[in-house]
Amino acid sequence: MLTKAKDVVCTFCGCLCDDIILTLDENRIVRVERACANGMGLFKNYNPDLLSPKIRGKEASWEKAIKEASEILSSAKYPLIYGLSSTSSEAQRVSVKLAEALGASIDSTSSVCHGPTGLAMQFVGEPTCTLGEIKNRADLLIFWGCNPIVSHSRHFARYSVMPKGRFVQDGRKGRKMVVIDVRLTQTARVADVFLQVKPGGDFELLVALKALVKGKSLDAVEAGGISTKVLQELVTDMKACRYGMIFFGMGLTMTKGRDLNVRELFSLVKELNDHTKFSALPMRGHGNVTGADQVMSWLCGYPFAVNFSKGYPRYGPGEFSVVDLLCNKETDALLVLASDPVAHLPSKAVDHIMEIPTIVIDPAESLSAKKATVYFPTAMYGVDCEGTAYRMDGVPLRLKAPMKGNRPSDEEVLEAILEGVRRC
Amino acid sequence: MSKEKNGKEIVCTMISGRTLEQAKEMHSGKNSKSYSEAVGKVYVSPLLLNELGLAEGEKIVLKSSFGRAEARAYVDPGLPHFVVFIPMGPVANLLVGYETEGTGMPSFKGVQVEVCGAC
Ligand code: SF4
Repeated sequence: MLTKAKDVVCTFCGCLCDDIILTLDENRIVRVERACANGMGLFKNYNPDLLSPKIRGKEASWEKAIKEASEILSSAKYPLIYGLSSTSSEAQRVSVKLAEALGASIDSTSSVCHGPTGLAMQFVGEPTCTLGEIKNRADLLIFWGCNPIVSHSRHFARYSVMPKGRFVQDGRKGRKMVVIDVRLTQTARVADVFLQVKPGGDFELLVALKALVKGKSLDAVEAGGISTKVLQELVTDMKACRYGMIFFGMGLTMTKGRDLNVRELFSLVKELNDHTKFSALPMRGHGNVTGADQVMSWLCGYPFAVNFSKGYPRYGPGEFSVVDLLCNKETDALLVLASDPVAHLPSKAVDHIMEIPTIVIDPAESLSAKKATVYFPTAMYGVDCEGTAYRMDGVPLRLKAPMKGNRPSDEEVLEAILEGVRRC
Repeated sequence: MSKEKNGKEIVCTMISGRTLEQAKEMHSGKNSKSYSEAVGKVYVSPLLLNELGLAEGEKIVLKSSFGRAEARAYVDPGLPHFVVFIPMGPVANLLVGYETEGTGMPSFKGVQVEVCGAC
């Protein structure tokens, strides 16, 4: 019998669109409405059929797999827990408990997306707002080093460029859209203004903009590959708008300068608030990567790259972060929670993953799961288990479970491993 | 593994990032052929493709100080002359720098690479 589930949250990206309609036939999703191509892919390809854990590629009972995983982690000298961004905040909380019990390091995918943004926030503060404010108020939207048409496809329609807001009643016509990027991306093609910054030129551009906002004149004819005249026009627009907004992506965090780029961007926004209302938000990729930062911050005091080897949390981006720990070959056992480092980390880090025992907890048998010493197939948050996820603007949303689950949640598997570790 | 074509290697800046195709194929499984194809592409400017003496779909060899990768060339007219773009994934990650400069973040974007055709 077909049933419909309304207002389902899509957890693929940080937009967490909460208006999805699913049609279910028993335990199959047969129709998905309102989601973008990425969201469609998430729901339509969801396969709940993998029911058995695997030890070294062979099916095993849950008890055996939990025992094996607990022993691997307990006997490791330097275990690392990594991932966290595509699971519920409830599971994230248990992963921190497990890291503490093991004296392990724990890091989320933040360290390879907006970790530098976290560092910048700690220096400057976070000039933030909700997506609702943007929808209702923002008349100047700047997208810097991000390509939401590809990565957050419904962002424009739901939150930023298109919607008719309370104080922006003309929708798209009432908003000016500027894109700053190295490439003429799909997003740049629909902008009112596109500024093509030269590779590695973002910091210079930000410093120049800040100087112009402060009323200083520039000796240079260009900054970051963009003429001073064009920059002056942008600054005039920035000061004249009623509510300005900068969305920024990994064009700032992954290039030369990293956290310094974002620090400069935040201080530009701070400066602009002397003239008008301005905010900035990172475009968060994974569905609950914002939750990973939140949960780690509540429990450890730091958003990522935390180590518990001394019995209390220590913060060390560049030391306790996943790429550094793996490339320096320090980690001797890895627990991957809802992430796929084999597909997404630099090859030198992947080489080390191939040499150490790994435990992977994931609804899908990813590249990392294929290589895992122990693999646990789990229910997916927001599909066949409930949970909480944080939208990119830090708003927590409750996730329902439209489908009946036949597999345990990430949280349940982590609790069982924690029990196992305590018994070892 | 293909060999580098004789001729000049051209120095470019490599950036990696999401593409619609990469995301779509990721959902159908990272072990699939279509995923490998989606992440095994390198986008170049029309000028660069011409200078390399290649047609779309032909192989390019890319070398950074961290590794070597091969990918099939496709044109993106929106790219600056000496910037190449690879969809995020295992191919781009062969070239990515692992120095994190005390931040935890490696250089997924802005990596200097030498590119040339493959034979
Ligand atoms: S924009 Fe993001 S959250 Fe919304 S449907 Fe697409 S993938 Fe899902």
